[in-house]
Order: sequence, then C-alpha cells, then structure tokens
Amino acid sequence: MPIPGPALSARIQPSSTPSELIRNFCIIAHIDHGKSTLADRMLQLTGVVEPRAMRAQYLDRMDIERERGITIKSQAVRMPWQLDDEPYALNMIDTPGHVDFTYEVSRSLAACEGAVLLVDAAQGIEAQTLANLYLAMENELEIIPVLNKIDLPAAQPEKYAEEIAGLVGGDPADVLKVSGKTGAGVEALLDRIVRRVPAPSGDHDAESRAMIFDSVYDTYRGVVTYVRVIDGYLSPRERIAMMSTRATHELLEIGVISPEPIPTKGLGPGEVGYLITGVKDVRQSKVGDTVTSATRPAAEALGGYDDPKPMVFSGLYPVDGSDYPTLRDALDKLKLNDAALNYEPETSVALGFGFRVGFLGLLHLEIVRERLEREFDLDLISTAPNVVYDVTLDDGTPVKVTNPSEFPGGKIKEVREPVVRATILAPSEFVGTVMGLCNDRRGQMNGMDYLSEDRVELRFTLPLAEIVFDFFDHLKSRTRGYASLDYEPEGDQAADLVKVDILLQGDQVDAFSAIVHKEKAYDYGVMMTAKLKEIIPRQQFEVPIQAAVGARVIARETVRAMRKDVLAKCYGGDISRKRKLLEKQKEGKKRMKNIGSVEVPKDAFIAALSSDGVGGKETKDKKK
Amino acid sequence: MPALPDGVPVPGDGALPSWVSGAPDRPFGVYVHVPFCSVRCGYCDFNTYTAAELGGGASQVEYATTALGEVDLAARVLRDAGRASAPVSTVFFGGGTPTMLPAADLVRVLGGIREAWGLADDAEVTTEANPDSVTPESLRLLADGGFTRVSFGMQSAVPHVLATLERTHDPRRIPDVVAWARDAGLDVSLDLIYGTPGESLDDWRASVEAALATGVDHVSAYALVVEPGTKMHAQVRRGLVTLPDEDDQAAKYELADDLLTAAGLGWYEVSNWARTPEHACRHNLAYWRGDDWWGIGPGAHSYVSAAPAAEPGGPTTPAATTDGTTSDDTPAGVRWWNVKHPRRYAALLADGKSPGAGRELLTASEAHLERVMLGVRLREGLDLAVLDDAGRHAVAGLVAQGLLDGVAAVRGRAVLTRRGRLLADAVVRTLTT
Repeated sequence: MPIPGPALSARIQPSSTPSELIRNFCIIAHIDHGKSTLADRMLQLTGVVEPRAMRAQYLDRMDIERERGITIKSQAVRMPWQLDDEPYALNMIDTPGHVDFTYEVSRSLAACEGAVLLVDAAQGIEAQTLANLYLAMENELEIIPVLNKIDLPAAQPEKYAEEIAGLVGGDPADVLKVSGKTGAGVEALLDRIVRRVPAPSGDHDAESRAMIFDSVYDTYRGVVTYVRVIDGYLSPRERIAMMSTRATHELLEIGVISPEPIPTKGLGPGEVGYLITGVKDVRQSKVGDTVTSATRPAAEALGGYDDPKPMVFSGLYPVDGSDYPTLRDALDKLKLNDAALNYEPETSVALGFGFRVGFLGLLHLEIVRERLEREFDLDLISTAPNVVYDVTLDDGTPVKVTNPSEFPGGKIKEVREPVVRATILAPSEFVGTVMGLCNDRRGQMNGMDYLSEDRVELRFTLPLAEIVFDFFDHLKSRTRGYASLDYEPEGDQAADLVKVDILLQGDQVDAFSAIVHKEKAYDYGVMMTAKLKEIIPRQQFEVPIQAAVGARVIARETVRAMRKDVLAKCYGGDISRKRKLLEKQKEGKKRMKNIGSVEVPKDAFIAALSSDGVGGKETKDKKK
Repeated sequence: MPALPDGVPVPGDGALPSWVSGAPDRPFGVYVHVPFCSVRCGYCDFNTYTAAELGGGASQVEYATTALGEVDLAARVLRDAGRASAPVSTVFFGGGTPTMLPAADLVRVLGGIREAWGLADDAEVTTEANPDSVTPESLRLLADGGFTRVSFGMQSAVPHVLATLERTHDPRRIPDVVAWARDAGLDVSLDLIYGTPGESLDDWRASVEAALATGVDHVSAYALVVEPGTKMHAQVRRGLVTLPDEDDQAAKYELADDLLTAAGLGWYEVSNWARTPEHACRHNLAYWRGDDWWGIGPGAHSYVSAAPAAEPGGPTTPAATTDGTTSDDTPAGVRWWNVKHPRRYAALLADGKSPGAGRELLTASEAHLERVMLGVRLREGLDLAVLDDAGRHAVAGLVAQGLLDGVAAVRGRAVLTRRGRLLADAVVRTLTT
C-alpha cells in the first residue's frame, strides 16, 4: 500500500506540512451515485480507518444521512498518501449533494483546488451534479472525471465517458473508471489526485485568514467549525476574530480530522481542519465567514460570504397541543446546528400553536421535520409549503406574506412571487412531456441543448411556488424516473395571484388556504374540496365544504350526515368487548381536531396537506 | 363468538372475590350455551361446532351431563363466596342451536338449575331454536318441562337471502313452527337479519311482513355484522360479495321500525320489539339493567356485581359520589368467561376445576361506561342522575341534535329518538366524554 512510513510521515505533520505536499479536493456527485462508498474505500486504502473499524458510509454521521444515503453536512478528512517516494496530505472535503444546499456547496468548493466528478456509470450525469460542476468550474477547480459502479451489469462506461468528456473537455479514454464497492481503480484515482490537483498557494507570512466552510453543533464540544486556512497560521490558545461580526473567541482546540478529531499544534497555509471556541450557536460561526487572529487581524475578509435566505415556508404544529414547548425547545436545539433554519411562533385556528418555519428548500424542510420527529419524538403536522410573496396594497403599503392565510383581503396593486431558473436533464424522448409539465406550471422555456444523442438539457424560468409541492414527483413519474432537476433563485415577478380559502360549515380553515394563480383557483378549489370530502368522516350532521376566493364560493362538496353508528347485538357475552371498543373509540376521539363543531381526524389533516393531496395529479390529469 | 377478551386468570376453583358476598336485592339469571349446530352459517361467529362427536364429555349426548357439572360448581362457588341465592328469575338457552339436543336433555339441565337455586314462580325460560330442528312434540316436551318461551332464528323470508346466509330451513315452515309453539303454550319470538348482501329493501319488507303475519308478539331485528374469522368475511375481502352500506342498513332499520310499530309491536331495546311490556325478553333486559347472571357452557360469560349495592341511581354503580362520578377504588363487579372449546371445557369440569378462562374486575368507571352503554339502549332509558357532570351537560346538545327525546330528558331520563337509536354508540361516547 502506498501509505507513507514514519520517516515520510514526519514531513506531513499538521501545521508544518509544506504547501506543495497538500492536496485539497472534494467529490461532486449526485445522491446515490456512490460518493460515500467511494470515500469509505479511500479511508481504508490510506489507512486512516482500519478495516475492522470500518462501517458503511463512515463519514455520514447522522442516522438520517446514512438511511437516506445522502450527506447533509460536509466534513473534511485528512489522509496520507505516497506517490513516487513523496508523502502527501490529502484533504477530502465532503460536499452536500442537494440543490437546497447550493450555498454550502459553493463554500466547500472554495476550500478546494480540485474536484472529483463522480458519475454513476449506469445512469450518467444528473442535473444537480451539473449545477455543482458549473460551480466547481467557476471556482477554477481542477476536475477529475470518474465513472463509478463499473461493476454493475447495467454500466455503460463508454457512453457516459463520452458524455462527461463532452462536458469538461478532454479525451473520453482519460475518464477514470472505478468501483467504490469493490475498490477497483481507487488507488489510481488517489494517484491522479496527487498529480493533477494543484497544491494550494497561500502567503505564509501574511496575517492569518481562514474560510469557514462548515460549522456543526456538538452536544459535548459546542460548535465545531471547519476551516480552510488561506494565509498565515492559526495556533492553539490564541484569540481569533470572525470578520463579519468582529466577535472574538478564545481558540480552545484546533486540529484535523483523520477520521476522528486530532488536536494539532495549529494549521498552516493550505491546510484544512477544525476549530473549537466554546460557542454554542452555529450562527456565531457562519459558513463563508473569515477567521483571523484577534491580535494581528487581516485587513480584508475573503470574498463570497452570504447569509442563507429561506425560500420555502411551512407551518409546523404538534399533533398533540401539549407538545408545543417540546417543539419550541427542539427547534432551538436544531438551530444550533443549522444556520439556515429560522422560525417564528404562529397560531392557527385549525391547528393551534405552532411555528412558521423558513427553509432553504423542500429537502431541507423534509430533513428538519424528520429530525424533529425522530430526535425529539414529536408528532407533527406540517402545512403545505409556500413561498414568500411581496404584496403592494393600493395605497402603496408593502406587505410580506409568508403564510397564505395572512394574504391581505383588501385592494391589491401588485403581488410579486419568487422565480427560479431551472435546469432539467432528461432523455430526449421526454422533451415534450417535460415541456408540457413546465408549461402547466407557468414555466417559460429559455433554451435546450443536447448533452449527447439521447440526453437533453432544458432550461426554464418557473415560479418557485409551482415547484415547491410536487413538481419533482411529477417530473419523475412522467419521465419514468429519468429526469433530474436543479434550480436556483432568479429574482421575482409580478403575477395574477389570489387566495383560495377552504370553509368547513362556513368556518374558514386557515391551514388549507392557498395562494394560487387566478386561472388555477378553480382547480385548486375543486381538488381540495373533493379531497376533504373523502377524508372527513361523516358527522351526526351534514357538513358543507366550500372553496372561496374572497366572498365568492368557487367549489362545494357535502359530507352527508352519518346515519348509523350502533352495534346491533349487545347481550351478555358482548358486553366486555363492546365496552372495550367504546373505550378505544373514545381514545380515538382525542386524535380529532375540532373545527367549529366538525371533528376532523388529525390524520386527515396530514393527508390533506401532504403533497399528493395538494395539487394532486388526479384532478389535473382529469382536466386534460 | 369472536376471540375471548383479555383478562386476568380465574382461580382454579373458580372462587369469586370476597366483596361479592351479601344478599343483593335483584334478579339472578342463568344462561346456558349449547355449542352445536347442524351446519355453520357463513356469517356466524358464535362458539359452535357441527361435529356430534367431540368426545371427552363434549359430545352432544354427554353435553347435558357436562353442563350440569358447571351448575353444581356454580352453586358451590356462590355459596362459598357468601353470595345469598335468590330463586332464578330467568333462564336462557342459546347457541349454537340448543334444539340440536333432545328436548329431554334441555329439560334435564333446567331441572339441575331448579335444584341448585330454585326457580321463581313466574320465571321466564327461553330457548333459541332453529325452525328445522323442532317438532310439535319436541315443543310440547319443552313446555311441559318448564320452558315458557322460544326464539326462532327465522332471519329472512326470502330464499336467496337465506341462501346467502347459508340458512337451511324452508321459510314456508315458519308459520307452522310458530303455531306449534303457541299451541304448546310457549311465547314466541322471531329473529330477523337485515343488510345481507343482495337483499333489497323489498326483500326486507317481505321478511318483516312474513314475521308479522305469524302473529308473534316479539321480534328481534339485527343488522348483519360480518366479523373477522367468518367465511363471509373472507368472501367480502376477496370481493366475492359486497356488503350494504350504512345508509342501506339505516333505511332497513327504519322500515322495520315502521312496520313493527304499525303492527302494534313497540321497541323496548334498540334491536327488539314487543307487543306489550310483558312480552319483552326479561332475560335480556337483565343484561341491559346490569343484573347478575351465570353463564353455563364453553365460551359463556358471567357477571356478579359487588354487594351490597345501595345506590338508587343504579345497582352497578357503587360508591357513586354526589356529582355522579364514581371512585375507582371500589370494584364494581366481576365478569368472567369460560374456555371456548367444549372438550377443554368438559375436561376442566371433569377435574373439578373452574372452566373459567379469564376474568376482569370492573372498576367503577368501567362499570359506569357499561351502565350508560347498556341503559341507553332501552326504551325505559337511563336515569340522568347516573351521568357525571360532563355527561349531563351533553344531554341538551343531544336533544337539540334530535338524538335524545326532549320530554324524557326534562323528566330526568335519557331516551333515544329513532335517529338516536341508529346513532346510539355516538350518543354513549358523548354521554361519557
């Protein structure tokens, strides 16, 4: 194994490794294209993890990450490697692979000089990978194209090598072919990283500057901040300053991850490692910020810092109202680890006390919700996700709407909604399908390119609101799973939007209000009333369900009164069983929400608010 | 019968808790389960067996002797518990098909009961019967042996409905068996089932009218309930038959109530109609009023309340406080159930052991729920004083919704309206919130 021995290792000690022996790289890959498995093989080959300590997807710490096979939080691992009698310190910086975390990806990329472009040899490149590849090329990273999973029977390495070469330039024959699963080709990949990725360049004598590319809250250690040193040195026990806030902190520990944290004598130019200062909130250690010495601060921060902006909002409510304090504490805790999470208390007539929570995107929403339920044992209802609207009233007053039920009722001059630039990759046979779907969703086509003979890139401008529900599901199902999607914010646009309210027995149910395009108000009303009719159980009286825009009712359904709820026979041998049944039914009543006098099972709320309920395809498809 | 309830074990000797000791001023009933049928109907989930030879004291010919064994045990257990014995006021033979046994066997079991506790002068003694398992002679033997009442499983007058139910009797036989029974001096009741797959509203009307045409004084009409584990349940699951919806069942209930009422039979319980209060089934009334009974036979349930019960609000509501709520510290009664299989039942009795499979000691709140659940089913209704504060507050709303009778409520009783009868379970849940 080309692992450097003790003599060579002495030359690559953290804080004193010469820049020319350092290689910083990341892996760009789509979810499930095998990044974590490849990383596992690298950890084994470089000896930082002993085979018996190996567990699948070593670097994905959180349960959710391992279960979903995706990486939410990036980390950096230092691995020794030897090539031609020279020792090298390789820093592998893990990047999140999803569109919601574009900003985090861009900071991770900024910490590297090279990127391994990892593509599944059976599937080809995906839209999100393409987006990250663009980012990497924009950051002038050296790209090393690699096809993974060449052991799969369905692999088509030649076809996809050509596709990749067409994108990044070079000869298809130079595309490395590996299998993270078997380990084939991984040594050659490590060698190529050393040869091709440029060594970092930084000023040894300048005031220290390090870029934060991730920060993670740890229960025992407080916030652990991952940095890439650009210039100068950071040493233990010195005071450091965050350049965006000018806040200073004592440096309690500094070190590298290999793959567990190892304290070091410091970090030098080009090196990657972690800092611990004792702060308790990731907001005090923001991704993209510049760390410098408090006593000898740098004059200028590194560029590229940006505050994360929530794009999608959803109301989160505990199913059991008494869990509200638990939910509040849970959000407070998650916030420590998630700088992009923000929330405010809100009250819903239908759902009680909860929070309006802002997310980077849909995956972010799903992950937060799942963590709340799993780590804090909460049972939650989340309202249908929505975007932020800028409403201008007739008198010129601006109103920001993050909750559809707060959409102003009076005279409105203009409503503006966020739009995104979307890129969709799909087999060419689905071009018409994709265009149809985007057209349905008020999309504007900007262009189309053939990536290869049978794969097409389509570009659209779409209202964000049109893709936050179920767009991706529809895209997937209509393209038999082949299409992939990436999008990024592209400002806003004025649009003819109205609020549709849902009324049960004349009472408005705020949780079901939605802001939709005027032309789709009727569809939404019909779909939602039909859906509710299905899931609201018959009551002892008739329950009208209406959809209304303002005072105008646009759709109506009726849940007929229940007529029979009695057990016919109740003799001696039936009594115990019957009593137990009644006790169970009474217990079940506690899972009901009362809206006026209508009892709605909480599960019905969840079903009605779930994405297959809202904007459900049944209704839409029927209309065609 | 579906699976037995969950409970705690019954002591091997069947001993009752000490708090049952005393002399309750209330009727005592005996139920005798006869677990045999000639065929098993597709909808039936009762504890019944079609083989004549189960062996080990469980065969049909030995069954009366085996059941008498439990009568002896029952008398001993009650005596040992210090429970004073009142003469038995009602006896009910159910099944299964009790008339699968020779009339002499049924009479012999009744004799054992009379010997053990005595039989009140006006005792009501009923047996269920299948229309094709009686003759004028067998009915005469029953009447001579002390039986006063027979309840025939007519179910329907419509051949295709009977076929779906897998009932084997000829509907044309019904007027005859009713006449034979009346000639023998027996009161007669007919059981009907509505909501069978394929049954139209007119089919149902024909069945009710056929029952009335016999001139009976008592009718029970039950919605078909398809329980898990039955053949019909499997057929429904496989999509071979379709069950009627609740609207259909509600319409049939209302039709039956109209026809029966017009013919002079008034409802006295949700599923039971009688020509006069004297024609009501007293044995079943005892269940709904919370009286004590001993169930003989495999799978049979029994209930003995705590004694003495002093509360005028209701005999099963001991320790009721002024606001109608009850303290859960005081046990209100004990209910137990026997092992299901006749052979195991016979073996336990042969060993001198109790055939009890499990029992529950009812807490005051459980007894309260049962009292409301059962009492509300009756035409006489439930004393509003039995309810707790929340329950009493709910009464006005139920009257407003047309589920409870307003006049009765003002007079202090919860009595269901017809719509309320169809929604009785919802009413009970509301009254016991």
